[in-house]
Amino acid sequence: MLYVELLTQGLIYGCMYAIIAVGLTLVYGLLRILHVAHAGLFTLGAYLGLIVTNATGSLLLALPVSAICVGFVGMAIYRFCYQPILHKPPYVALIASIGLFIAMEEIFRLIFGPYGLTYTNAPLQSLVNILGMSLRMVDIVIVFGSVAMLGVLSWLAQRTRLGIAWRATVDDPQMAESFGVSVQKVRYLNFFIGSALAAVAGIFVSLLSNFAEPTMGGVPSYKALAIIVLGGLGNVTGTLIASVILGVVEAFGTIYVGDYLDRDAIAFACLILVLMIKPQGLFSRK
Amino acid sequence: MGIYELSLATIVCINIIFALGLNLITGYCGQISLGHAAFFGTGAYVVALMAKAGLPFPVNLAGAMLVAGAIGIIVGVASLRVRHDFLAITTMGVGFLFLGIVRQQDSVLGGEMGLSGIPSMGLGKPGFLLLVLVVAALCTAFSVYIKKSWMGFAFDAVATDEDTARLLTVNVPAYKLTAFALGTAMAGLAGGLYCYFTRFIMPDDFGFITSISVLSMVAVGGIGSVPGVIIGTMLLTLLPEMSEFLSDYKLLFYGTLLFAVMRFAPDGLAGVGGSIFGKLKGKGGLA
Repeated sequence: MLYVELLTQGLIYGCMYAIIAVGLTLVYGLLRILHVAHAGLFTLGAYLGLIVTNATGSLLLALPVSAICVGFVGMAIYRFCYQPILHKPPYVALIASIGLFIAMEEIFRLIFGPYGLTYTNAPLQSLVNILGMSLRMVDIVIVFGSVAMLGVLSWLAQRTRLGIAWRATVDDPQMAESFGVSVQKVRYLNFFIGSALAAVAGIFVSLLSNFAEPTMGGVPSYKALAIIVLGGLGNVTGTLIASVILGVVEAFGTIYVGDYLDRDAIAFACLILVLMIKPQGLFSRK
Repeated sequence: MGIYELSLATIVCINIIFALGLNLITGYCGQISLGHAAFFGTGAYVVALMAKAGLPFPVNLAGAMLVAGAIGIIVGVASLRVRHDFLAITTMGVGFLFLGIVRQQDSVLGGEMGLSGIPSMGLGKPGFLLLVLVVAALCTAFSVYIKKSWMGFAFDAVATDEDTARLLTVNVPAYKLTAFALGTAMAGLAGGLYCYFTRFIMPDDFGFITSISVLSMVAVGGIGSVPGVIIGTMLLTLLPEMSEFLSDYKLLFYGTLLFAVMRFAPDGLAGVGGSIFGKLKGKGGLA
């Protein structure tokens, strides 16, 4: 019974990691940038969602509002921060991104206060009994919501003209451009979708803990970086599998090796171990 | 100088040693490290344990360098397997792993609460500053010497183009390991001195933010340039102390500065200085 519960916990965390990490891996696949500031967008999404929910009382309204706003912020970050330094060595964009993320966290602290915000009337907190486990509605919504969003994303990528242009650009930007794909538009779209997903993930996390605070992006962001590396940088399927694996490993790890390593250290111990055996990640493309 | 100025000068010197260590790895050899604080922390904890056991300080500092350098070689071995972005994430992971282990070791390392009651060196504040100043000067001289030596050229070759360097029979793995060993030993030394300075250490002193701060010092000063790194370190350590406004918003200041430097002048202050001097003299480069 303990195993089933741990597995379920792992799955819930895994789904959350997945929607954070997918945005990161999309950006990496297209631009070869480790987009640390992605976690800032995650926090922004949580705050916007929480504020709209508190103001209107409707989570269903808060989700799209927050996702769309954060999507546009993501596009702005690409336009003003990354585009001008794309031709520089990779560490330049990485360090710039870390700087941007730290600055964003501080700005959130200044605007929303250092102690964080809570939902006045937190939605989805009712308990449900499944297989003898009592889960909160929010746990179930996270799992099904993530699967649904990733399903839509995969449909978008496989079946629409837009998606085909997108995948072509990831594979070979020059060739795609010579076939008439606007690389610039694809990049904007990429940032929009990735950031919107991060916003939704942020709202989910704030629902789980009924709390949004300036530093909430820290741990998921570094962990999402570990996940996209585990999944083979830029590989979406690999990222999804790695997310769920990491969620489950952490859930079991905190019980069995929790005396020696804390939760974050378990994630990174996994990462280092895998990289030593397979330097290109678990599911590298080449 | 009052107590406050003495402390400030001491911390600047310690940070210079710390930053020069990272500069050896990232600046000279081109291997990015986002977990340099782990080695700083290793040095600090080694010194704390040895000093509490009653050993004299030269032995303790040597121990800090050895242990940090040895762990650095292990991480260096990892750097041979992974490159660029993968290496950045791996070293970041090393930082989190270090924190995770220290936090859970309540009995030996003091866990969350850290270690306190570390015996002093017995030199007094001015004496300690003098010691730190001498060590920082030695590290600076060592850095400049390495840069000019054959090893410096080999590091440069590895940083610029690893594959071509290998083709030219440069022993790339050996040089990478050397860079890691030297750079992390310096971080360990800085950590040991820091431990003697504060005489109280806790895990949060050596977190990701510390790794990023030291990277900012190197990046703002100019990656690979010794004078640049020293100026960058002084600037980033002293500016937040000079005005109350900056110290309240220290992280906002760091973050914005880091972003702005990378966005507008990726070669840092040394690059800006170099291009101005270059225009004046008609030739390039400060360092």
